[in-house]
Amino acid sequence: MMNFKFILKAISVALVSFSLTLISAVSFAATDVRIMWYGDGDKENVPIAAQIDEFNAANPDINVILDIVPYDAIMNTLPIQLAAGEGPDIARVTDLGGLNKYYADITPYVADPSYYEKSFGPFLNWYRKPGDTTSIHGFHSTMTVTGPYVNKTLFEQAGVDLLGPGATWEEWAAVSIEVAEKTGTPIPMAWDRSGHRVSGPAISMGAKYFDSNGDPKLVDDGLKAMTQMLYDWHQAGTMSKDLWGSVSGSKYHAPNDWWNAAEVVFMMSGSWQIGRFANEVGDDFDWWAVPAPCGPAACTGMPGGNALLAFNANPAVGKVMDYLSSKEQLSSFIGQVLAIPGHLDLQVDYQTDDPNAKHALNTFAGAVPTIDQVAFDLQAHVDNRIMFNAIISRLGQAIVGEMTMEEAWTRMDEDVEKQLKEKYGG
Amino acid sequence: MHAIDLIMWPIQKIIGVRNMPYIFLLPNLIFFGLFVIIPLGANFFFSLSSGDELLFAERELPTTKQYDQLFDCESYLNPNTCTEDFFWRGVYNTIFFVVFQVGLMIFFSVLTAVILNKKIIGRGFFRSVFFFPVLLSPVVVGLIWQWILLKNGAFNAIIESYGGDKVSFLTDPSWAMASVIFVSIWAHMGFYTLIVLAGLQAIPPNLYEAAEMDGTSRERIFFRITLPLLMPNLLVVFILASIKGVQTFDEIYVLTGGGPGTSTSLIVQYIFTTGFASSGSVQNFGLAAAASMVLGVVLLFLTLMQLYFSRNKESKHQEI
Repeated sequence: MMNFKFILKAISVALVSFSLTLISAVSFAATDVRIMWYGDGDKENVPIAAQIDEFNAANPDINVILDIVPYDAIMNTLPIQLAAGEGPDIARVTDLGGLNKYYADITPYVADPSYYEKSFGPFLNWYRKPGDTTSIHGFHSTMTVTGPYVNKTLFEQAGVDLLGPGATWEEWAAVSIEVAEKTGTPIPMAWDRSGHRVSGPAISMGAKYFDSNGDPKLVDDGLKAMTQMLYDWHQAGTMSKDLWGSVSGSKYHAPNDWWNAAEVVFMMSGSWQIGRFANEVGDDFDWWAVPAPCGPAACTGMPGGNALLAFNANPAVGKVMDYLSSKEQLSSFIGQVLAIPGHLDLQVDYQTDDPNAKHALNTFAGAVPTIDQVAFDLQAHVDNRIMFNAIISRLGQAIVGEMTMEEAWTRMDEDVEKQLKEKYGG
Repeated sequence: MHAIDLIMWPIQKIIGVRNMPYIFLLPNLIFFGLFVIIPLGANFFFSLSSGDELLFAERELPTTKQYDQLFDCESYLNPNTCTEDFFWRGVYNTIFFVVFQVGLMIFFSVLTAVILNKKIIGRGFFRSVFFFPVLLSPVVVGLIWQWILLKNGAFNAIIESYGGDKVSFLTDPSWAMASVIFVSIWAHMGFYTLIVLAGLQAIPPNLYEAAEMDGTSRERIFFRITLPLLMPNLLVVFILASIKGVQTFDEIYVLTGGGPGTSTSLIVQYIFTTGFASSGSVQNFGLAAAASMVLGVVLLFLTLMQLYFSRNKESKHQEI
């Protein structure tokens, strides 16, 4: 009997101690904030990781977990997670409008909502649902502009002058071929395999993307002109089929390996490559960003960028957003990654001595005011990815001979119509 | 009495000895149900729904829209006339891939097994070498061969060193399918060689001795003794390789991404892309589920064939 009482007491003491330990652990547990982040290699991952470490050290009540994932995970895994009601608290996203039904409004949890309006004003609408003009979901971590680069060293070796502002796509193709022939470079022109990249030039050729009601209407004479030009360049050898042919569907593919090996004269990509080129090309050759080539309608690239957007709204998420979007942190981040800020009033001290990088930053920053309104509208449209993907998958098929350009254009419109029906019903 | 008996005795008393096997099967059945039957049922319901939401409550149900869309063709022989032309390109590519991959796989498996069955020097070593690729992950296989077959890869470097022109093995539509078939055979042949080898070793040696004593030629011995007695094994190889061929995805996805265009894109890639890898387009779970139901029917047919032939083989063995 004594033994039984003793055991009972011991169990009671153990239970009380365990409960107290549990209660104290719960009371002092930090709130986890999970960020899903894709970065363009260490040049972006290292600075953000350092900022997160600094935040965690200064805020013991919040534990920010940075999950660095491939870009594919952001494009393909994140939407599935969100649809299943899972997903991170914050993610770095490029399909800004496409995921808007999952964004959380963090307005009550940020210190100063007007800071977001003042600093990121035009971009906030890119994240909002149609009709919403007030919610704050996050901020633009970097802004991007699409545009071309040239291998300046190859131009100098060939004795061919670079073209200036106002030069057309046909003129750039002609000089690229000339340089390639004179220097024995295998690929005159290479483009990122992306409908977004095709869209700036297509708008320059007159593409409108929307009908008079503002609904998507993909194929028109402008889009036909640009896609036909791309098709012809592939057939003529101005662009190599090896690049766009190495994947299928709407899969993104960049020609960086060819470019870094100096096998490309002219590369159509965008401002996000600056830091990468500065690291990877180094002194191997001079690379120069050039103004967006012109068509009959405009001389424009496409705006874009990536934003850190919240999928959960709570005080911890608000605090993390405030910290990462602050002028100090954003300026430090942009200065290290050599990007164009999405912040409207940010002084950036770029940490590079590379004249190519400095020139490219100036060129792309200077291109922002010249971006055509159609390009801004397209970038802001919630279903722009549907149009981008239809362009690139069908154009890719036409280039390798699976269909004619006429069939490809018909299919592009059908693809958009089919996807919109699936999404919105009807 | 064992501790487990404390649990099993009462259960046996309640349900009887004859029903006890079901209790032993229960753990497996639970896992099978959770990870196979329930997903299969969910997939079926997805195929009868539409919309871009993942949760059933938010999807339009029931509808045969996905099947209608999948089979909406002016001519099934021309994918360009089909609403879901990517699906039909996948179907034709899969048929082409399976016919050539399985045919060549059986040919090379038999050839290799016959050689490895002979008393050659380093027989054990070669048996391991041929089996080794089977142990590799498909992603590793894809990456290795990508490095070899790329335009700036190892194989083209050798061709160039002999004065030849580079070949676009992976990006020229006329080469790409041949390349993926070759890589797939390389990766899986070891497994099937092993099955054929087991079959060869089960052939009674006295049959060969008798044939030799009669002065039968080697070719005749092969076609009249080896091949007929190997036939049950070859049927198993044929069906297993066909099932595996229809399901092929990962190594091709790494190797060519289904390109150029859609020339190496098989059905499973269509399902994956439509449902899960739409890169910002609508993730059409319903259409992907419908396509996977169609694929499921094909696989069910092949599996039933395998069961039929393997049971036939067993009953013949019992008769002997």
